[in-house]
Amino acid sequence: MDAILNLWNSFSQDWPTLATLILILLKIVVIMLPLMVLVAYYTYAERKIIGYMQVRIGPNRVGFFGRHAFGLGQPLADAFKLMFKEIVIPTKANRVLFVIAPMLSLGPALAAWAVFPFNEGMALADINAGLLYLLAMTSVGVYGVIIAGWASNSKYALLGAMRSAAQIVSYEIAMGFALVGVLVAAGSLNLSDIVRAQSGSLLHWYWLPLLPLFLIYFISGVAETNRAPFDVAEGESEIVAGFHVDYSGMTFAAFFLGEYANMILVSALTALMFMGGWLSPFQGTPLEPFFAWVPGFVWLVAKTFFFMYLFLWFRATFPRYRYDQIMRLGWKVFIPITIVWILVVGLAVVYQLPWWFD
Amino acid sequence: MSYEKFIFYVFAALLVFSASMVIVRRNPVHSALFLVFAFFNSAVLWMLLEAEFLAITLVLVYVGAVMVLFLFVIMMLDIELAAIRAGFVRYMGVGALIALAMLVELAMVVGPARFGLDKFAKPSPMAANALPNTEAIGEQLYTVYVYPFEIAAVILLVGIVAAIGLTLRRRPEKKTQNISEQVRVKRADRVRLVKMDAEH
Repeated sequence: MDAILNLWNSFSQDWPTLATLILILLKIVVIMLPLMVLVAYYTYAERKIIGYMQVRIGPNRVGFFGRHAFGLGQPLADAFKLMFKEIVIPTKANRVLFVIAPMLSLGPALAAWAVFPFNEGMALADINAGLLYLLAMTSVGVYGVIIAGWASNSKYALLGAMRSAAQIVSYEIAMGFALVGVLVAAGSLNLSDIVRAQSGSLLHWYWLPLLPLFLIYFISGVAETNRAPFDVAEGESEIVAGFHVDYSGMTFAAFFLGEYANMILVSALTALMFMGGWLSPFQGTPLEPFFAWVPGFVWLVAKTFFFMYLFLWFRATFPRYRYDQIMRLGWKVFIPITIVWILVVGLAVVYQLPWWFD
Repeated sequence: MSYEKFIFYVFAALLVFSASMVIVRRNPVHSALFLVFAFFNSAVLWMLLEAEFLAITLVLVYVGAVMVLFLFVIMMLDIELAAIRAGFVRYMGVGALIALAMLVELAMVVGPARFGLDKFAKPSPMAANALPNTEAIGEQLYTVYVYPFEIAAVILLVGIVAAIGLTLRRRPEKKTQNISEQVRVKRADRVRLVKMDAEH
């Protein structure tokens, strides 16, 4: 081990730029691998949880080494199946854009994790404008959907893409305003500072002073990821499968990965900005010393899993919205509420409202 | 060549390439996508100047919102490519003249007489304890330039209202749902129970 460290030290002295690059790449791999595994098992969790909610069993056949193991092998089987399937490109499709679209849908969902702080001081890039960067990355994700819809050269795909583009752009405004509330309350764009500003106790977390913004952020997050009950972009009953009708094999899988990575991202961001991130829920209570040994990362993951579960729960519970109702909710309900609440938060910060902003 | 210089030349070359593709490509959707790519590359160049707020805002506003709506409109148009090409030769003379005029103007503005390291000092890297970009811009905007900033915002708002006002027209024959009416509806409005004798 020492020999490797020594080798590394001499290497980083000789080639400082290259050494930094390798270190960053290693960190990216450390973040990406668990994320990809989580995406794979999120699909399994979705089928299993919704299955039990609908009094079914869900996948329970594919296991490991001849055992069923509750169907835990299912995501791997799905992944292998999709990898070895042929990628069919329609004759009239725009070939280059058709292939680029799934990458554009997956890329921003992964790039957004660059500024995410997993624990005190544990972020790939702890930048000043972290919140802005996140907003920019989530807004770029829509290109995958639009380009896929256009490049497929199919009516259904184009309709799905149009619906999705309009929906994502509308809800992005409400989402951005909700984050402006967080930014005003925390007084910083740095994500670690936003978490630190929430420390105190469970009641200091921003879900309470920013309750309307918290709800609007999460609901807009569901709409942004095109998930039920806002999944009109897919709308199986009217436009078959929306923007990805013509996709097959790995290109289809990339859309799938992007969607689930986005869901995990929205859950993690909600946990970070409204639920105190890596802060312990027992902070400021007599129980705090008993849970001091739990690393902050575990709390963050637990909170993220809670919101990820909500995504599945929504899908099993709510019927799909009608399109005009989606637009009405976004423009006429959410945006006015966020604007009013930004004013309230601004006044609370200026007059140093006790408990949260004093 | 230093590392930063290398990055600058790579992205500057990509920027020039994609910007020229915007005007060369026949298909307007391709042009719009190359414009998006050009925005990304100029964001990288701004990032090299340590103007991270401007760089990210460029991606957020132009790539994330403006160009999405642009593409939205372009994709719905049924564009006749042959019709676009038809007038090319006829208008080429005028076009070339305008291009030449713009080239001369550009050369006069950014020519060696007004541009170069001897005219502008090389930007020095930001001090480690300096105010972050976002805060510095915010402070200037909301103190020194607060009136121009607010007036610009109001003009934009008026523009939005005017655009909506222009497209808004009442069409009495159009049938749409009145959602608040739908929500407010009670059982008594829709169901009427009638007493009647059983039929034989």
